[in-house]
Order: sequence, then structure tokens, then C-alpha cells
Amino acid sequence: MNIFKIIEDIEKVDPEVYNRLDSRRSAFKGLGSIGKKAALSAIPLALGSVFQKAYGQSNGIVLEVLNFALKLEYLERNFYTQALAANGLIPEGAPKGAIQKIQMHEAAHVELLKTTIQSLNGTPISEPTFNFGKNFPDWNTNYQTFLTLAQAFEDTGVRAYKGQAANLINNDAVLTAALQIHSVEARHAAHIRRMRNNAGWIIGDGTNSNVPAGAQPVYAGEGNLAQGGINDISALGEGYSAEIASGAFDEPLTKEQVATIVSLFE
Amino acid sequence: MEKLQDTSTEKDAGIKRALVAPMQRRMFMRYAGATAALTTLLFATSSCDEDGDDMPMDPNTVDLGSGDTGILNYAYALEQLEAAFYSEVVAKSLGLFNQTEQQIMQDLMGHENIHKDFLKAALGSAAIPDLEVNFSSINFSDKNSILTTAKTFEDLGVAAYNGAGKFLENAGFLTLAGKIVSVEARHAAVIRDLISNGTFSDSANNQGLDPAMMPADVLSAASAFIKTKISANNLPK
Repeated sequence: MNIFKIIEDIEKVDPEVYNRLDSRRSAFKGLGSIGKKAALSAIPLALGSVFQKAYGQSNGIVLEVLNFALKLEYLERNFYTQALAANGLIPEGAPKGAIQKIQMHEAAHVELLKTTIQSLNGTPISEPTFNFGKNFPDWNTNYQTFLTLAQAFEDTGVRAYKGQAANLINNDAVLTAALQIHSVEARHAAHIRRMRNNAGWIIGDGTNSNVPAGAQPVYAGEGNLAQGGINDISALGEGYSAEIASGAFDEPLTKEQVATIVSLFE
Repeated sequence: MEKLQDTSTEKDAGIKRALVAPMQRRMFMRYAGATAALTTLLFATSSCDEDGDDMPMDPNTVDLGSGDTGILNYAYALEQLEAAFYSEVVAKSLGLFNQTEQQIMQDLMGHENIHKDFLKAALGSAAIPDLEVNFSSINFSDKNSILTTAKTFEDLGVAAYNGAGKFLENAGFLTLAGKIVSVEARHAAVIRDLISNGTFSDSANNQGLDPAMMPADVLSAASAFIKTKISANNLPK
């Protein structure tokens, strides 16, 4: 990344950019202190933080969103790590390969979020203690229970990130990274759903998702057919079934809805 | 042609206004973000040269427009492409697939068509016209050719929405784009698994991030399948 070019470009529209950054040197000092590993993994975000400080925007909301996401990623990483360690739970071959791949992504998300929070001068929350057996005692001995929870976590993750996108609208770098995680969670969700012989997408309020009653909050509101001021999108064009119309749009969850779901495992 | 020149003049005026107006943070971050992305991804190209934007265009070229309308038209163009593709697959090629796969193809046709119809309705009179597609490179009697094309379209769609999110100014539109992109990602995963089971998320890098692409790169990748010339000259670069 050519940081000089970026700052020169900014100077064209804001001649006082150097004053805002204190000096070119201090901007670089800030970047240098993040460390080599962080520099490799989060420079665009760190750069954003230098500018954010310079332009006086609070990182508060962004940090709140990042820590909220971090909690979910901790949960997912912990869940898959424990499941992979549980003897005989996940069949060898394709199933184990898929879960290992997903675990690797969730671990990478944890690291990226932590680094990013630090680069924005925030403090990453420490890893909570999760209790997956609290409501699902056979989660690590019964493969089907494990897959059910995996599906619920992935579909929740997709909905949780989606619900926070608007809170990141003023931080382009963090918003983009969140979207890049969001679509990976959706890929995971689709694969896990198909491991359970469900369609890769959510129809109605989870009617095709095959989860026990206690997990219904994961799919609350998914049957919504009102989008962008249009009361019933299934009436568009030549008309669509409710299955197609609800499956074509994933719905967000609020922080509170997500917290309720997570509390089943705390 | 006259209309296009007007657009250029308007754009110049916009840039001049931006130069004299007190800078607003959103505009600044957008500028910095766009520049950073360009510097990272497109360092070798000359497209960051703003003087190059004002070239006269073919009068048959469809201009996506600017601002949020431009981004929504960009999404609408991609959804038109996907909808046309799956409609053709369902019309011509269902016999190549087993029962489960046939249901998948029909669902994808439905989803992409409703995305298309939704964006058209949301854009109203600002919507670009129907695009003419070019599927001459696709063999609709070959399952592999169909799945490979589907993978290209779905992965491209995900990268396009991921890259365009930051350009949306309206939070409602951003959430709507989010509602669509995760369904595209679900499609991409399922198609990838049909080609080779277990490759659902191999699009992600070692940080666990899916690609995010700029409009010009997406349209360039899609151009082989779209006969109509599309201009993204008024979209952020």
C-alpha cells in the first residue's frame, strides 16, 4: 500500500491533512507501534483509525460492533475446537474436513477482530466461558445434535453481522471486512444445512431448518416478505411462491435477539 | 451523446464543489477508502486518473448512474445476468441434473429473478433498461459448463456486493444489500459443493475473508456474458 500517495491525494482535497495527522512522522509512528503481525493482517483498518482520530470521529460504535462480533466468533471457534477434539463425534472424511475448514475460518476471524479492535485503540473482550451442554447435553456425543447447533450458530452469525452493517456505515474499511466475514459465514451455513439434508437457504421462519423448538429464535422473522417499502415481494413480476420470496432474502437479527440466543450456551 | 456530456459537466461541477466545500467526514472516508482500495488492488492501472473519466461514450452504452442509484443499478445489472442464466438452465438443461439438483436450479432461478424484480421496482424510473446477455460460451447441454458458469456468477456476485457496500450512503439500502449478498453466498457454496464437495468456502483467504471487488473489475469479468455495453464511469473507482 502506498500510504504517501493516499496522503498526497487527501491533501488535494484537504490541504490541512498533515496538521490533522500532527505530522507525517507521527502517523507512521502510530502504524509502526501496531507490530509486524498486525501490520500484515490489519493495515487498512489501522490506516482508517489514524484518519478517524485525525478527523475526530468516535470509534465507540464501531468498537462495540467489533466486540459483539468477537463474542460470536469466540463461541463458534470454541464450539468447533471442542467438537473436533471429542472422540468419534464427527465422522472421518468429508464431514471432518468441512468442520476443520470452518474451525480454521472462525479462528482466523477471532484473530482479525482482535487485531482490528487493538488497531482502533480498543480492548478486545476476553473469551467467555461457554456451556454448550446447558440445554443440549448430548451436543458432543450425538453427531446430529452437534450439526443442529452448528447450523444454528452459522445462521445466527449471518443474521448478526447483517444486523450490524448499518452501524459500520461510516467506517468503510471495517464495514468491508465485516461484509467479507458475513458472506463466509453464509457459505458455512449453506454447507452445514446440506450436511443435514436441508436446503442451503432459509425458507419461512425456519420451516425448512429442522431445529428443536428451543432454537426457533434463530429463525424468527425470516419469513418476512416486505422489503424496501414493498409490502409483498412475492407479488412482483409474474409472482413468486412464499418459499422463493423468503428464501431469496436473509433477515438481520438485533443485538438483543442475538444475546438471547447466545445466553442458551452461557 | 448530449445527455452524456451533460453528465460529465455535472460531474466536473461536483468535483469542484467538493474541492471548495468544507469536507464532510463521510465523503472523506469514501475518498480515502476508494484510494486505498485502488492503491492496493489496482496499483498498476491508470483508472485512478480522474481526467480519464470524461471520455465520450457510445450512445448505446447503458450508464449505471452515480451515488446509491448507480450502485443499485450495478446490482440490478448483475441480477439480470444471473436471472437470465438460471432461467435458461431451467428451460434447457434440467434433464442433466438429479432431483435434488433440479430443485436447486429452480430455487436459484426463483431467487435471482426476484432479486432482479425487486431491484427494478426499488429503482423505479431510475432503473437501467433490460440488458442483452451473451451466453454463446456456455454449453447448456453440458452439466460441467453450467456449474462452472454458475460458480463464476455466484462468486462474482458475492465479491461485487462485498465491494460495493461501502459506497452506499443510505443505511436501508446497505441492509438490503446485506440481505441479498448472504443468499448469493449460500448459492455460491452450494454450487461449489456440487462441483466438488467441501469447496464451499474455498473462496476465502487465510484471514477467513471472502473477496471484495470494485465495480470496474466485476463488470470487466462479467463483460464476456453481457452484450449491452455498460458504463460504470460515474460509480466510485
